Amino acid sequence: MENEMLLDIKGLQVWYKVYGGFLKVLDGVDFYIRKGERVGLVGETGCGKTTTMKSILRILPERDSKIPQGEILFHNTDILRMHAADLHRVRSKGIAMIFQDPTAALNPVFTIGAQLQAVIRTALDVKRKKDQTTVKKTAIKALKEVSLPDQERLLGNYAIQLSGGMRQRVCIAMAITTPRDLLIADEPGTSLDVTIQDQILRLLKELVEKTSTSIILITHSLGVAREMTDRIYVMYAGNMVEMTRSRELFRKPLHPYTQGLLASIPKLTGGGVARGIPGQIPDYLNPPIGCRYHPRCPKVMEVCSLRKPRFYEVDSDHEVACFLYEQ
Amino acid sequence: MDKEILQIQDLKKYFKVGKNKRGPIYVRAVDGVSLSIREGETMGLVGESGSGKSTIAYTVIGMYRPTEGQILFKGNNIGMEANRRSMSLKKDMQIVFQDPGSSLNPKQSIRQLLELPLHIHRHLTRPEIEGAVVDLLQRVELSPEYMYKMPQGIGGGEKQMVAIARALAAEPSFIVLDEPTSALDVSVQAKIINKLMDLQKEMNLTYLFITHDLSLMRNVASRIAIMYLGKVCELANAVEFFENPLHPYTRMLLSSVPAVSDEEEALKPKKILSSGEIPSPVNIPSGCSFHLRCPEKNGYCKNEDPGMVELSPGHWVRCHKFTYEPTAGENPIPLEDISS
Amino acid sequence: MPDNRTVSLTNNYNGKLSGWSRFWTGFKKNWYHYSRNKLSVVGLAIVLLVILLAIFAPLVTPYPAHAGPYVDYPNAGQPPSAKFWLGTDPIGRDIFTRIIFSFRGALLMSMLVLAIAVPPGLILGLLAGYYNGTIIDTIIMRITDIFLSVPPLVLALAIAAVLKPNLINAMIAVTVMWWPWYTRLVYGMASSVRNDYFVIAAELNGASRFYILFREILPNCLSPVFTKMALDVGWVILIGASLSFVGLGEQPPTPALGQMVSDGARYMPELWWMTIFPALAIVFVILGFNLMGDGIRDMLSASR
Repeated sequence: MENEMLLDIKGLQVWYKVYGGFLKVLDGVDFYIRKGERVGLVGETGCGKTTTMKSILRILPERDSKIPQGEILFHNTDILRMHAADLHRVRSKGIAMIFQDPTAALNPVFTIGAQLQAVIRTALDVKRKKDQTTVKKTAIKALKEVSLPDQERLLGNYAIQLSGGMRQRVCIAMAITTPRDLLIADEPGTSLDVTIQDQILRLLKELVEKTSTSIILITHSLGVAREMTDRIYVMYAGNMVEMTRSRELFRKPLHPYTQGLLASIPKLTGGGVARGIPGQIPDYLNPPIGCRYHPRCPKVMEVCSLRKPRFYEVDSDHEVACFLYEQ
Repeated sequence: MDKEILQIQDLKKYFKVGKNKRGPIYVRAVDGVSLSIREGETMGLVGESGSGKSTIAYTVIGMYRPTEGQILFKGNNIGMEANRRSMSLKKDMQIVFQDPGSSLNPKQSIRQLLELPLHIHRHLTRPEIEGAVVDLLQRVELSPEYMYKMPQGIGGGEKQMVAIARALAAEPSFIVLDEPTSALDVSVQAKIINKLMDLQKEMNLTYLFITHDLSLMRNVASRIAIMYLGKVCELANAVEFFENPLHPYTRMLLSSVPAVSDEEEALKPKKILSSGEIPSPVNIPSGCSFHLRCPEKNGYCKNEDPGMVELSPGHWVRCHKFTYEPTAGENPIPLEDISS
Repeated sequence: MPDNRTVSLTNNYNGKLSGWSRFWTGFKKNWYHYSRNKLSVVGLAIVLLVILLAIFAPLVTPYPAHAGPYVDYPNAGQPPSAKFWLGTDPIGRDIFTRIIFSFRGALLMSMLVLAIAVPPGLILGLLAGYYNGTIIDTIIMRITDIFLSVPPLVLALAIAAVLKPNLINAMIAVTVMWWPWYTRLVYGMASSVRNDYFVIAAELNGASRFYILFREILPNCLSPVFTKMALDVGWVILIGASLSFVGLGEQPPTPALGQMVSDGARYMPELWWMTIFPALAIVFVILGFNLMGDGIRDMLSASR
């Protein structure tokens, strides 16, 4: 029996307005996550993963962005067409985001305590001063959950007094103060050292297992996705190109991009470094017609420059957007 | 016979950051490092933040003056800042920086950028420069029209290629690479690494390659030194390093590398839980600087800094597991130090 | 297979196009960023209008002679009418004409002041930033601080009062107190750019100090300087008006905005047009330069 569908993105298109026209970044993104799942979103710089996540919470720059098409169904309601009150509820109680750079995500002029408590107050709809003690208790509990010592004192500290790893933990604490349906973690720990990143990822894993919160883990590191997720989406130039269970992706990568990517990763076992993928990511002002990967694809066919491939199901839970697998 | 082209002897670099009652406070970024690099090889320097790896690179290239210790390049002492070095030395030793965004002047075109080393080191005249620029660009597989582009108009990987071309323009024999691909995507990294390896073979270059990415090191370096808080913990050739890691810190690092295949999983040491933060280089713990986080410490680790011991030819470790052979109840007997 | 390296409009491709088409592409792109904010376009329109009026003053004003020695007592103190659009001043001269002519002095003054004050200020800031942390830095910046600690208007008044009151001396006074702002501005940028890797790369290659200062560091400090210069035109005009308000600037009969405001002040509120219109003109001009300055800042920060 499958768990219920939590978030379902259908055919999302996002354009940015720039000098010269529109950057057609997202070109029909399909993505879903069920309750309790851990899904990874893997892609390189510029593929649109952050844009997708920002669209979910509707934090794209208003003036310069446009969503010509698409639906983002959260508990079966379209976030893109929600009114302000419902959207506010989604942001304060439903979905929490952990940003990539913890230093930029924390306001340097307020104490950690002030920021944590602000989040809690919004989530719990607390208005009266009387409930201050509950708020403070919740804050301390959240800091304990992320294994930060000396919580009382920490509430009075400023972000600049903490190390990078501690700041990242604070950001995670802010996301789990109240139970949420979905966590979106954007490259957690990327800006930190490897051993610290390892700690942070393990912490996230524990937290998610404990509360069976769903989590979308965005990363450019396939290794991290492999260890931390049940299912992985591979993204290229504004489209999802492959999706399957984590271990399966590494044993049987189907899309030529996934294969090229895996081959380019240097391995601990040696064997030299592969040649990489020739070419560059497409110019979003004038993206290629048809499959956006076809200019770089070693297995390109004629149809690839004419039409866009859909997600074809190859196995149970293994889908690829490539004409090589069209039935 | 592999000639040693660079010799670092007991290098120390301290930065003064203030004073307290007991005297001046120093950041001991590099605290007694000895290394030598042979001609044509790639020496990998691995470590986390605060380990001192970048400081060593910057001292070798002349951005800093050593506080103590010596650096010999082709037999000559080069332990001084770049503006006191000879032009021929500056020509012979080049560096590629980590962040492609800030290593290229945003107000200069690629051509102007490459003109500088061509003009200064190779004394080319105006008409000759254009041909040389095209040649350099082609060598890093960029088409000649890149000459007119500005750094903002090209991607990160291409910027690094330009940075490499700039280093090559002087026709050096030694290049310091400070995390050249850390800021880039994996597919772009692969291209650059391959190009670097090709260039090394073609032009008989020697590399000092700094990174925090162990998997990359495995495939790039011929010898690897791993650093923690200003000292080298372990030094070995690449294959030996990964098949037989000895120092607990090495094993801890290796166990935190995310694997992409079952074979890699099998090769990694079992997961060693790293606890605690990396201490700051202002406040280096006593004795062996790793003892606070070490899962395998013994009674000596807090008080005494272990020296480097050569356990098998070319494989050196700095760890009390190997310097003392404690027998129950008796005083510990130090193993013979083959070096210090 | 389509060529992936399409030359798009966003690409900074200044390739082997001819000089003119390269300029035009750059201009179009900069205009796009500048005009995103409509107010900046309004500012630019105002500035262009003021400049054109100043240049062609004798041709566009109804009574060019009124800007010189001219007296017409019968028409003194006339309210705005079809004959005298903004009314006349206490000795019968057309206010509209005099305002337009006063733009000449105002613009001339601000442009000369900036042309003279900015280069030394820039260079001192550049040197102080390059030698950041050394005694050269300390000397330069402490001298700058001293100048900055004197209230600007007081300093200008003091200098102008010591010298003979005329336009040149007013300019000298303002110039002397203007350069330190640029030193401080450039100092901040230069000290951070100085440590950027591309500067270090040039130094490691043995580039000369001159090259480092003027070809590597300076071009990266100029954006805020240009923005400030645009805004400063308005400020200098204001300071100049303050000086002429107390009689230290353009001497009669040459019209100056501040002087016109002060002349008409004693006739307030009955003959209000004699003060209000010159004051409004000051506001109008400064507003234009401010809005244009905003636009320049947007334009310069957009593509970086």
